[in-house]
Amino acid sequence: MTERMLEVHALARHFSVRGGILPRRRPVLRAVDGVSFEVGRGQTFGLVGESGCGKSTLGRSILRLLEPTRGRVVLDGAEITGLDSAALKRQRKDMQMIFQDPFASLSPRRTVRQMLQEPLALHVPGSPARRVARVRELLDIVGLGQSALDRYPHEFSGGQRQRIGIARALAVEPKLVVADEPVSALDVSVQSQVLNLLADLQTEFGLSFVFISHDLAVVQHISHFIGVMYLGKLVETAPVDRIYAMPAHPYTRALLDAVPVAGGTRRIRRRALDGEPPSPLNPPGGCPFHTRCPEAMPICSRRVPRTIELEEHGRSHQVRCHLHDPDISQ
Amino acid sequence: MSNNDALLEVENLCVEFGDRRGAVRAVDRISFEVEPGRTLGIVGESGCGKSTTSLAIMGLLPRPAGRITAGAIRLSGTELAGLPENRMRRIRGAEMSMIFQEPMTALNPVYTIGAQMSAVVRRHAGLSRRAARRRALEMLERVGIPLAQRRLAEYPHELSGGMRQRVMIAMALSCRPRLLIADEPTTALDVTTQAQVLEQIKALQRDFDTAVVLITHDLGVVAETCDEVVVMYCGRMVERAPVEALFSAPRHRYTEGLIQAIPKIRTRRLTRLPVVPGSVPDLSELPPGCCFAARCAHADTHCLRRQPALERMGPSRVACFHPADAEPVR
Repeated sequence: MTERMLEVHALARHFSVRGGILPRRRPVLRAVDGVSFEVGRGQTFGLVGESGCGKSTLGRSILRLLEPTRGRVVLDGAEITGLDSAALKRQRKDMQMIFQDPFASLSPRRTVRQMLQEPLALHVPGSPARRVARVRELLDIVGLGQSALDRYPHEFSGGQRQRIGIARALAVEPKLVVADEPVSALDVSVQSQVLNLLADLQTEFGLSFVFISHDLAVVQHISHFIGVMYLGKLVETAPVDRIYAMPAHPYTRALLDAVPVAGGTRRIRRRALDGEPPSPLNPPGGCPFHTRCPEAMPICSRRVPRTIELEEHGRSHQVRCHLHDPDISQ
Repeated sequence: MSNNDALLEVENLCVEFGDRRGAVRAVDRISFEVEPGRTLGIVGESGCGKSTTSLAIMGLLPRPAGRITAGAIRLSGTELAGLPENRMRRIRGAEMSMIFQEPMTALNPVYTIGAQMSAVVRRHAGLSRRAARRRALEMLERVGIPLAQRRLAEYPHELSGGMRQRVMIAMALSCRPRLLIADEPTTALDVTTQAQVLEQIKALQRDFDTAVVLITHDLGVVAETCDEVVVMYCGRMVERAPVEALFSAPRHRYTEGLIQAIPKIRTRRLTRLPVVPGSVPDLSELPPGCCFAARCAHADTHCLRRQPALERMGPSRVACFHPADAEPVR
């Protein structure tokens, strides 16, 4: 087993929702509801799920960009949850984020040089000359030329902007990077360039990634471990080769079936899942997936499934489904 | 070349944006036909001119910036280019309609679903108030909206993204148009919802014998829904082929690169994803020769100087001096 870099224990983030006439009875939205997983050093944990499943909220809660309601986050042995704001600020150096829309996360009025120097000035001691040298080095690392230095974000294409976003995240030499849909806004021909870059950087600097995406193909390529989220909960976690070959949760199987396949056998009738995810404000009782599950049993609407370990060769594969519970299904 | 069976014929269509001093050709000599009951896919990356082509067909180019500078668009023999707006308005909705990526931009937030749907059929199909209401209800049921009666009284914001897209489809097909243009209809949807929506479009197409033009960047969606495909790059048609031929034997180097670059679920993970190097050139600074030459591994000086013409190659047509031969790609 590789060395642990990130541990997430029973993390939860709830929102109280405004609405209704009675202000006292605010409904609670459990966007993230008791999520636990680990990421090894130099490894990628891919987090997949449909919109509204809580994957972005989870990503932000890990970095404490959103304050978790409950649970613990441990980065390289140091607990992140519970740090006061000054200590958290120092810790930020170790954990960075890459966003989906690089244009929205880059200031339109600042040059690449200014944007890359800022995190250095905050977190890395050194002379201005050394900072400039580091900025040049960063541009090389992400495959942008030195000519990028004094240009503004609007002068770059989508793929190049994402490279700037990556350079900024890497400037302070983080241990963990949470990447939230980093290639979803990019054209197909550019997506794979950025994915290859992220994989190279991981190898070179031993980075750990939490990679959030709705695209199962993208996640497969970049991840070592996969977690599938549904209505705020991880319903299945497994090593990447295993989950694509032997998905255990009916929801994971449905997600895989729904991916359109380019080329090869076309027009295979996809087994389309009925309906849409229920509102997280009012999740169904029992297993949250039972309302759409093609294999639902009577017990699924009554009892919340426990986590079942389907370990193989010492590699953890966890699923929350009654179908795999030896006490329930014979 | 006139095809008697074709419902829609687009011939050498050119669209320009901007004034004389700085005109940019967004669509450059595009030609295709679509027969009733068939689906033509137009694929390409952002800025390739695929949406502009669809807006030109619908007579919805933003004025005065965009205009058709050459070519013909015929719908069952009637020339649409240059038709006065009042006649165009009668054709839109009744004979051809369009669905967009983001249904919220096409639905009016202050009217109920029922009111908007009834207005469309009353205007274009001349139905009475009561018959229009019935048609609206029937269409909502056909696209698989549960509790359709109740939905009629709801406002767009009360529906989920997938529901809204289904309402758009119901509305677009409520007057039984002969041509449906769908511009990235499933891009904003989750995979499981995407599969359902594509199924709905196909089912309605079968029932009404509708011709469909599907604009998308997603080759997976193309493989599953289209009969014929046009690949666009920088406003030009680089390849046009029956869907089987496109995936089994792509001819243009750009098509080949795109197919290889799509992240797909694989049985064995690759260490590196194949990439198309570089990025799409700016339309205002197109090179004199083949617009893909700068990113193409097969380009020579000839490609840099001269524009290749579209030529027949088996069942395909391709604009390339060095097309791929008939070997299948992986």
